Amino acid sequence: MTQQIIIYPLFLQIAISIILMFSWNNIRFQKIFSVFGSFVSVVLAGWVFYYIWTTGTQTVQAANWSAPFGITFVADTFAATLVVLTSLAGLAVSIFSAATVLKDRLRFGYFPIFHFLLLGLNGAFLTGDIFNLYVWFEIIIISSFVLITIGGEKAQLEGAVKYFTLNILASIIFLTAIAVLYGLTGSLNMADLAGKIAAVENRGLVEITAILFLIGFGIKAGVFPLYFWLPASYHTPPFAVSSIFGGLLTKVGVYALIRVFTLIFTHDPFLNDILIVVAIFTLVSGGIGALVQNNIRKVFSYLIICHIGYMIAGLGMFTEVAIAGVIFYLIHDIVVKTNLFMISGLIFRLRGSNSMRALGGLYAEWPKISLLLFIPLFSLVGIPPLSGFWPKINLIKAGFAESNYVTVAAIIFASFITLIIIAKLWAEVFWKEPQELKLKENFKFFSKSTTFKKTQIVLPIALLSIVSLYIGFGAEHIQELSARIADELVNNQGYIDTVLHAAK
Amino acid sequence: MEILLALMIGVLYAGGIYMMLRRSLVKLIIGIILIGNGANLLIFLLGRITKGSPPIIPGDANVLTEAFADPVPQALILTAIVISFGLQSFAIVLVKRAHTVVKTDDLDEMNATDEDS
Amino acid sequence: MMRTTIILKTASNYLLPVLLLFSIFILLRGHYLPGGGFVGGLIASIAFILHSFANGLHKTKELLVLHPGYLIPLGLAISFLSGLAPVVLYDLPFMTGLWSHDSVAILGHIGSALFFDMGVYLVVYGVTLTIIFTISESA
Repeated sequence: MTQQIIIYPLFLQIAISIILMFSWNNIRFQKIFSVFGSFVSVVLAGWVFYYIWTTGTQTVQAANWSAPFGITFVADTFAATLVVLTSLAGLAVSIFSAATVLKDRLRFGYFPIFHFLLLGLNGAFLTGDIFNLYVWFEIIIISSFVLITIGGEKAQLEGAVKYFTLNILASIIFLTAIAVLYGLTGSLNMADLAGKIAAVENRGLVEITAILFLIGFGIKAGVFPLYFWLPASYHTPPFAVSSIFGGLLTKVGVYALIRVFTLIFTHDPFLNDILIVVAIFTLVSGGIGALVQNNIRKVFSYLIICHIGYMIAGLGMFTEVAIAGVIFYLIHDIVVKTNLFMISGLIFRLRGSNSMRALGGLYAEWPKISLLLFIPLFSLVGIPPLSGFWPKINLIKAGFAESNYVTVAAIIFASFITLIIIAKLWAEVFWKEPQELKLKENFKFFSKSTTFKKTQIVLPIALLSIVSLYIGFGAEHIQELSARIADELVNNQGYIDTVLHAAK
Repeated sequence: MEILLALMIGVLYAGGIYMMLRRSLVKLIIGIILIGNGANLLIFLLGRITKGSPPIIPGDANVLTEAFADPVPQALILTAIVISFGLQSFAIVLVKRAHTVVKTDDLDEMNATDEDS
Repeated sequence: MMRTTIILKTASNYLLPVLLLFSIFILLRGHYLPGGGFVGGLIASIAFILHSFANGLHKTKELLVLHPGYLIPLGLAISFLSGLAPVVLYDLPFMTGLWSHDSVAILGHIGSALFFDMGVYLVVYGVTLTIIFTISESA
């Protein structure tokens, strides 16, 4: 019974979705139950994490078919950490959605689909089977399609068409890669594939398969030059939806890249070079893209792309120090990016606009809220001792150790660009003279909301800011965790042995 | 048979990509359908085509005695077909909605998301 | 209201129960022979779609007591619980097949797989009908 605890997060999310679907028309119940369920999932994820931390990697063989024949669920420290982060972001966004998403949208099943999305994310992190990973990806994208189109405004639908096309294309490329992989090895279990791919003689075909995976996951992660769907769609849906997308959807692509390139296609200098080149271009182009945007959400969208570059660069360097940096950055990034889009929602509520030109004077009007927003914004930049600073040390250290000076330069360049962007944003939105407020009818300004609503909007931002502060000030804990994950990922024999020779 | 299937997969992929590159929304969906079918056939082909019976062990034996067809690719294709069924029906509804709201099916005219706001 | 031939109209009245029966037959034989919940659910929804082509959408809706959308969570719940049963009852991994010792007339051995298939049947039926109704309503 205890071993199966690793898939309880999946049970919980699917149970929440089913119960929410039964009460399709009862919006009030849906709000309360979703927040309650998300809270339970945080507790459960913490329990799973504690269990994995104390006992090491655990597996569950679904339907009792032993690996590599059945579908295996594997929870190593990496997966358990991401499950914790998913549930944290899920809790924050669930509270935020209850306050900000319009009733018309909630009526079309916003909350059940939201929990399906979390189910897909948890499943993708926990599975040990490459085709099962594809299925979880499909669950994620189908739910995200519904979330991005719900409401059906013009910009939203146009964004959805772009999002939809590129993501389906990514899935098909992923499926093609799986087909070739199965043809080469006759296996789908990732741990089993690790051994079998190493034994394949046709290295050219293996490399092509790896590139197919890189393209498929790269579209989802938003790396150069495959990211153009991201800034075209992430600023269109409701704020709660873009925060869960910004925080987790691209990161699941990064997760898949890390998993595949540390477990199946390892020690291939050609691939590592490609990853590094891609990363440098991602860092530079994402940063420059963010510089010229005016809409806050578009700025954040480009910053997502820019910061994906850090993780890809670390993955390309492929040393234990670099991977530790990647994991640390991933942990920091999920929390901060989810928070950023909620912040843009809060700013929209405060002033009725997201355009930097039309905003201003927030600090004079709302000093306490501004100070709260200071934490995530400058965590993103990585002013020491806030959370974005520590992972970059690892990455830069690894870059110098490998004499990879161009990568180091790109990382430092991207950090500076981020600093400039956030400073510009701070000056424009918080310090500039207040611009005239365009009054809109039927628009609920923050100042006119009830205290309960106000708490509901600010609480999730505060929650994630506290997590960010913890990551910054308790960096040694996170560093220890990242180092352990990096060790497990680089020395993957432990993972393979646990999966293939697990006692039932 | 393998050659024939390989050619067909090539035609499906090429046709799919060609259709996706067109500007019409409807052709985009046709492209997605074609390329998805190509991927399914690719799994089928790469799972080795064998003439054989289903891999069910008879009640009075312990192992399979005759040649059998690999069931895994078929399970994968079935899953992929079910998924693409869902995706394609969603795509059709989305395109229909987009067409009524945006009033065009030309992808080049869908640039409200690039507007500066 | 679209025009339909009287032949289709008459035939659909007889075809509806026959197709529904056939879908249940397909559902039940699914474990070792071609068939199963997915195909069964599709056939059941095709029965109603055919009826709606012949008699119009609102006539078909009158026929359905429950909106098909409600069957989606029901089917999901049945499938999920059938997968959860071995975890809760016997501490076996998720979705392990449980089978009865004695065989029942017609059905043979009853197992958790049958309930899983029934859930799939309901989900597919509900989803397909919801999709088709949505598309044809907005047309």
